[in-house]
Amino acid sequence: MSIPSLKRLVLGVAAAIGLTATLGAHAADPLKVGFVYIGPIGDHGWTYQHEQGRQALIKQFGDKVQTSFVENVAEGADAERVIRNMAKGGYDLVFTTSFGYMNPTAKVAKQFPKATFEHATGYKQDKNLGTYLSTSYEGRYVGGFLAAKMTKSKKIGYIASFPIPEVIRDINAIQLALDKYNPGTEIKVVWVNSWFDPGKEADAANALIDQGVDVVFQHTDSPAPIQTAERRGVYAIGYASDMAHFGPKAVLTSIVNNWGPHYIRSTQAVIDGNWKSQDYWGGLAEGTIELPISPLVPAEVKTEAEQIIAGIKDGSFHPFAGPILDQKGDVRIAAGSVASNAELAGMNYYVKGISAQLPQ
Amino acid sequence: MDLDLISNILYAMVRCGTPLLLVALGELVCEKTGVLNLGQEGMMLFGAVIGFIVAFSTGSLWLGVLLACLAGILLAALFALVALGCQANQVATGLALTIFGIGLSAFVGSAWVGKPLTGFEPLAIPLLSDIPLIGHMLFNQDVLVYLSFALFALITWALLKSRLGLILQAVGENPNAASAMGLPVMRVRTLAVLFGGAMAGMAGAYLSLAYTPMWAQNMSAGRGWIALALVVFASWRVLRVLLGAYLFGLASILHLVAQGIGISIPANLLAMLPYVATIVVLVLLSRDAVRTRLYAPVSLGQPWRGGH
Repeated sequence: MSIPSLKRLVLGVAAAIGLTATLGAHAADPLKVGFVYIGPIGDHGWTYQHEQGRQALIKQFGDKVQTSFVENVAEGADAERVIRNMAKGGYDLVFTTSFGYMNPTAKVAKQFPKATFEHATGYKQDKNLGTYLSTSYEGRYVGGFLAAKMTKSKKIGYIASFPIPEVIRDINAIQLALDKYNPGTEIKVVWVNSWFDPGKEADAANALIDQGVDVVFQHTDSPAPIQTAERRGVYAIGYASDMAHFGPKAVLTSIVNNWGPHYIRSTQAVIDGNWKSQDYWGGLAEGTIELPISPLVPAEVKTEAEQIIAGIKDGSFHPFAGPILDQKGDVRIAAGSVASNAELAGMNYYVKGISAQLPQ
Repeated sequence: MDLDLISNILYAMVRCGTPLLLVALGELVCEKTGVLNLGQEGMMLFGAVIGFIVAFSTGSLWLGVLLACLAGILLAALFALVALGCQANQVATGLALTIFGIGLSAFVGSAWVGKPLTGFEPLAIPLLSDIPLIGHMLFNQDVLVYLSFALFALITWALLKSRLGLILQAVGENPNAASAMGLPVMRVRTLAVLFGGAMAGMAGAYLSLAYTPMWAQNMSAGRGWIALALVVFASWRVLRVLLGAYLFGLASILHLVAQGIGISIPANLLAMLPYVATIVVLVLLSRDAVRTRLYAPVSLGQPWRGGH
C-alpha cells in the first residue's frame, strides 16, 4: 500500500474515532489542521513549499495544533473524498492547495459548516471557505525584466501546465515586461498538460531550446527544466521553490512561495475564533513571494530589478497598470487604472504581443 | 522545418522512447512465458530511487545502474514468490506490487529529494555522429541508450532465432506440454519475471541518472503503464515494441515542438496524440486477428501448478 493511500486509510479510521472524540472535546484539545496536496511533498516545487508552510505552522504552535496532510491527490472526485474525510475526521481547518480542488472544496464546505476551509488559487468563497494565493505575476514580471535584459536570441520559453487564469496571468506579466524592456522579444508557450512530470518538462525545455529560446520559464513543479537549461547552457527562472542549486549557471532568480506566514495567521484566527472568509492575495509586499536574485545577473540589472521590486512593494508600480490591450487590440484595462483582483482572477485572454493562440 | 530541427526531434524521440523500450522489452519476455506482471511502474520507481541513492552516495553512476537492476529484481522476486510460488492472481499481485513500489520508493527516497546530480552525459561516437539526420539520433546519445540498442538486438535475436526463444514460447503457450517435455516451467517463468524486474529497474535508473538526473517521487509518471500497453498493442512482437516505443516518443516530442513553432492545435488534442497515434498504428498492424492470436501467449495470466 502506498503512503498516500495508507494515509487515507488512517484518515478514515481517524474519522471514526473523531466522532467519539468530539463528544468529549474541551478547550485544551489541539486544533486539527489538514492539508491536501496535488503533488508529492518531495517535488521540490509547489507542494514542497506548502509542506514548508505546514512545518512553519508546527514550529509556531507546537502541540496547540495537530496537523496532517494527504499528498498526490488527483483533482476531481478523488479530492472530494479526501477533503470530506478530513472534515468528517474532525479537522477544524483544511487547506486545499491546488486550483482543481475548488469545486470539491466548495461542495464539502457547504456540508460541514462548522469546519473552516481555505482553498489556494481559486475564486469561490463561502461563509466558511476562504481563498488565498500568491501573486506570482509580480515575480513573473521581474523575471520577465531579467529575461529581457539577459536574452540574446530574443526568444523566451514558457513551460505551461493548464490554461487557467493563474497561468495565463503569469504569461501576460512576462510579455508586458518584455514589451517594456526589450521590445520585439518573443515568448513561446508550450503546454504540457501536467503539473508534475519531470521527463515531459525536460522534453519541453529541450524542444524550446532547440527553437532558439535562451531563457526558460516554467509553470510546472519539478526542477527538471532548470537542469535542462543548465545542461544546454541557457538561463532559467525557477518557480515555487528556490531551484538555484539545480542550475547554478542557469537560474537568474526563482519565484519562491513562502506560505508559512499565511498559514500561521489563519490558524491563529481560527484558534481565536475570529476567522473570517476572505480572498487573501499575498505578494512581494507581504513576503508571500521572495525573489532571490542570482550573482549571474550583472550589478546594474540587479539594481534595476530591485527598484521594480521596491515599486511593487510600496504600490507605486503595478504590472497590470492600464492601458492593457488583448491580442485583438481591444482595451481590457483602461489607461490610468490598474487591474482589480477580480479582473486578474478571471483573466482568460493573452495580452497584445503574444503571437500564439490560447488553447480553448 | 530545417534539418537541424528534424535531427533534434529524432534525437529527443529516442531519449523519450528509451525508458518505454526497456520496460516493454522486459515485460515482453515475461509475458512470452505466460506471466503478466502489472508491477512495472513500481519496479521502475524503486529502481530509479535506489539507482539515484547509490550513484549519489558512491559517485559511481554504473554502480547505481547495477543496483537499480538488482532493486527491480528484488521486487520482481516478491512478485514471483506470491504469483508463481503461491499461485495468487497475477493481476492483483502486479497491481499490489505497483502500489507497494510507489510507496516504498517515496519512503526510501524522502531524504534524497532536491539533491542535484550530474548524470550520464551524451557520448558522441566519432564520425558516425556526424551523419546527417540519423547521426545525432543514433550516435550522440548517452551510454544507457546505447545499452538499450544492444539489449534490443540481443532480445530480438534470443526470441526469434535462439533455442531460448522457443523454450520461453513453449512455456507460455502450453505449460503442461512444456513440462511434459521436461522443461522446467516454474524456473523459466521465475527467471523471466526476474529479467523483467532488472529491465524495469534499469529503465528507472535511466530516468533518475540520465533523462532527468534527480530523484522525485512518482517521477516515472505512468511510463510503466504505457509500456505495458505497448506490449499488448504490439501484439507481443519485438520489432513492434521498438516501433511503438519510439512512435510514442516521437508523438510526445512533436506535440511539444509544434506548440513552440506556434501551430495552433488545441493542447488537449495534442496531448492525446502520442496515445492515439501509437494505438492506431499498432492496431492497424495487428488487424489480422488470426495472425495476432498466433503471437499472443495462450496461457498469459493463468496460474500454473507443477507436478503433472
